[in-house]
Amino acid sequence: MTAPPAPLCLRCCTSAGCLASGAAELRQALQRAVSCLELVDRIEIRGVGCLGPCSQGALLAVDPDGALFAGVRAEDATGLIAALVRRWELEAIDGQRRPLAWTPGRGERLDTSRPFFARQRRVVLENCGLIDPERIEAAIERGAYDQLRRAVQELTPMQVVETIYRSGLRGRGGAGYPTGLKWSTVAKMPGDHKVVVCNADEGDPGAFMDRSVLEGDPHRVLEGMAIAAFAVGASRGFIYIRAEYTLAIENLRGAIEQAQRHRLLGQRLFDSSFEFTVELRVGAGAYVCGEETALIHSIEGKRGTPRPRPPYPAEQGVGGLPTLINNVETFANVVPILREGSDWYAAIGTTSSKGTKVFSLTGNVRWGGLLEVPMGTSLATIVQEMGGGAPEGSTIKAVQTGGPSGGCVPASELNTAVDYASLQELGTIMGSGGMVVMDHSTNMVALAAFFMEFCRDESCGKCVPCRAGTVQLHGLLQKHLAGDATAADLAQLEALCHMVKDTSLCGLGQSAPKPVLSTLRFFREEYVALLKPVAARATEAAP
Amino acid sequence: MSSPSVSTTGSINGKLRLATVWLAGCSGCHMSFLDLDEWLIELADCMDMVFSPVASDSKEYPQDVDLCLVEGGVANSDNLALILQVRARTRLLVSFGDCALSANVPGMRNMLGGAEPVLRRGYLELADDSGVMPHAPGIVPELLPQVLPLHEVVPVDFYLPGCPPSAARIRAFLEPLLRGEAPLMEGAEMIRFG
Amino acid sequence: MSVSTLTIDGQAVAMAVGATLLEAAREVGIAIPTLCHLEGLSPVAACRLCLVEIEGSGKLQPACITPVLEGMVVRTDSPTLRDYRRTVIELLFTEGNHVCAVCVANGHCELQDRAVEVGMDHSRLPYRFPDRAVDLSHQRFGLDHNRCILCTRCVRVCDEVEGAHVWDVAWRGEHCRIIAGLDQPWGAVDACTDCGKCVMVCPTGALFPKGDTVEEKHEDPSQLVALLRARQARQGAPP
Repeated sequence: MTAPPAPLCLRCCTSAGCLASGAAELRQALQRAVSCLELVDRIEIRGVGCLGPCSQGALLAVDPDGALFAGVRAEDATGLIAALVRRWELEAIDGQRRPLAWTPGRGERLDTSRPFFARQRRVVLENCGLIDPERIEAAIERGAYDQLRRAVQELTPMQVVETIYRSGLRGRGGAGYPTGLKWSTVAKMPGDHKVVVCNADEGDPGAFMDRSVLEGDPHRVLEGMAIAAFAVGASRGFIYIRAEYTLAIENLRGAIEQAQRHRLLGQRLFDSSFEFTVELRVGAGAYVCGEETALIHSIEGKRGTPRPRPPYPAEQGVGGLPTLINNVETFANVVPILREGSDWYAAIGTTSSKGTKVFSLTGNVRWGGLLEVPMGTSLATIVQEMGGGAPEGSTIKAVQTGGPSGGCVPASELNTAVDYASLQELGTIMGSGGMVVMDHSTNMVALAAFFMEFCRDESCGKCVPCRAGTVQLHGLLQKHLAGDATAADLAQLEALCHMVKDTSLCGLGQSAPKPVLSTLRFFREEYVALLKPVAARATEAAP
Repeated sequence: MSSPSVSTTGSINGKLRLATVWLAGCSGCHMSFLDLDEWLIELADCMDMVFSPVASDSKEYPQDVDLCLVEGGVANSDNLALILQVRARTRLLVSFGDCALSANVPGMRNMLGGAEPVLRRGYLELADDSGVMPHAPGIVPELLPQVLPLHEVVPVDFYLPGCPPSAARIRAFLEPLLRGEAPLMEGAEMIRFG
Repeated sequence: MSVSTLTIDGQAVAMAVGATLLEAAREVGIAIPTLCHLEGLSPVAACRLCLVEIEGSGKLQPACITPVLEGMVVRTDSPTLRDYRRTVIELLFTEGNHVCAVCVANGHCELQDRAVEVGMDHSRLPYRFPDRAVDLSHQRFGLDHNRCILCTRCVRVCDEVEGAHVWDVAWRGEHCRIIAGLDQPWGAVDACTDCGKCVMVCPTGALFPKGDTVEEKHEDPSQLVALLRARQARQGAPP
């Protein structure tokens, strides 16, 4: 007697990156093929979140083999289903399990033992790419809302705060403020009405960590927010998300609705007095609205401009109420910490930076995409080993972290461990996790000018140094690129960088000069090489 | 800024060689200079005016000028050629008045975004029926796209703001220079614009 | 009333809790330059002129909103602060079209005064000569965007004191602009009560009474405090 054929599941990446490579068409084609052949009961076509190496899309995983295919196209669908059927037929004859012998027409089968996959430690992304983000049942099967139930039914708010505090989790939005400390501050604020806000206004060029989490596992974030709300005594939640994230918004909308229907969000949760509702606020695409006070203004329907702190949002946030603001990835860390305990979490990472970090690896690298590694992993491991280094014929020059608020790490410093302190020492920041690899052909002054133009465009215009200073800085950088700058201009560029950094009102302006200062630190010779030779000026000035 | 010292090299009689230059300005700064009245006579005792639209006949900017007050922004090709020559032949260059400092009123044409729209506005749009664009190569200097402050074109040693700088301010600026000292440029009396 | 004792530029000063560093400095006669700040309006800390150094704090703090704390040691003047303040003024002069010589506020302009205070005898940064408009649609007043430094005093006084909220800021970054109503000509905005408070508090010649020509704008922003006191007195509140 032969064993019944193993149930098959084809996991189609439906994240934005693969969608751009035709993932939606592939999924449709697979579904069509499966229904034509009346295999709907035996082959599940499942849309899932990000499968990792986005640069190789469209990606498709086949279970139970765990095989991962890259560059799969809609026209490959029938071939794959046919191969699966043929395998069943063969297995039916001798009862022997066989590996899947199939490769997509123009794509390839990926070796999942390669470092890109093997060196990951998936905590935040543990469900991402496995579950169907559109079905709450899939998340519940994987334990979603268990920790919220446990917190509400078995723990006190103080115990939850304690657990997060002792885990050593720090804010994943960029600044790295201790999450437990923030929670305990909001928890201690008097009043019955408090607010929890999830900052999903991810805006750094090349960053898509938060988008991927929201697209692939929205309940993870909702549950994290609800646990936070229980811990700090809040009953209202907002997710502030940028309008460009259409799929994440769609998945979140669906997730909130389903969670409410399952009575996992709303009033009298788990037969307790705890209530928590979540509203989506879609931002109109202003980078500055990632700054927490600007974000709060935007939620309130006001112009998205920052205001000086104090008062911090913990004291006066949305509508003047004590408000807890955390980033998507921070909230996504809450469930595993509660489930596995703070000691477990604190054992991952380094002394000052606990846990894992999700990065989006892009640029001049062979294997770009979404990955999660323990804090303290070296940049070399991420970029060279996992990312496979620069493409054939080029070498890595620098890695940019932290987007327009960060800086460049030169190739010579790639052995630096990724943690808050080490990156800060190098004049950059952890940031939210965007990591852009640049090869030897990159003009670092042009790169600095690119980021300065970004900040110039994104400045809200409230404070003078950021509004007018970024324009002058961009002008000075362009003057360098045009070969019109003198040594005096370079000195002025540097002085103005410090002025804008030291005097701007919010983080946008304060960090806008960082890409310039960082490239000046490691690649000053590129600026100097652009300066107008002194002799040329003398000739021009001659009568 | 370091304080450049004033020495009298280049002069044959031990006097400072002074020049004044008029670029794109209304000549108000020069009128204000003339408002120094009898102090001009004292000034003449220790300075030779070697080039000036109001106090000298020479047409060619001379070599070895010690001090030059430049009124006006750099607006056309003649201004540009002259200021480069002035810079090369002058020890201490003074940006004299708001037009030299900031382009000021002549600079208001910069908002139109180039020479052509300025000429079009002035000679066609605001003209009566007989509007003609001026064009006389070699006779009428070409307008630069923008009127620029002096220090955006050449290095400048001193800045003397005002529209115009009053005679008192000019005197307070020149007196220390005659003693070989740098003038103290601070306070509303010395540096207020306008 | 509890009191905090602090040191500003070496001078000890005792202030009621809740007072700002700016108030404390003025109490002992130390001038800290300001532009967006105006007594009687909510502070926005946007111009960054009043930044001061506080011992133990790595960041410069705006004196206009930083509350006094017991034992604080504050420095309002240092070579760095002087350079930064001059740069702020240069940034303002170069981002607009401030032609003092032909301005209604010449001689009575806070921007012009600040330029003198910070020792700006020229701008080290290049002028940008932006193309900006003038709105003369209001019957009594004009708005010259060339002279606007976006201090938002007009926005705040109209909202907080007059209660009409005619003014707001539109766009962002270098494109920021004061707008009337929903970006309408000022004269077309019904909400405007023609009270002129915005003109009164404007630190430059951006808002001006029509008919005023060069150097003729004499409105005094500090009159706002007198007006607010008079209001309070009439409402029977303690002055």
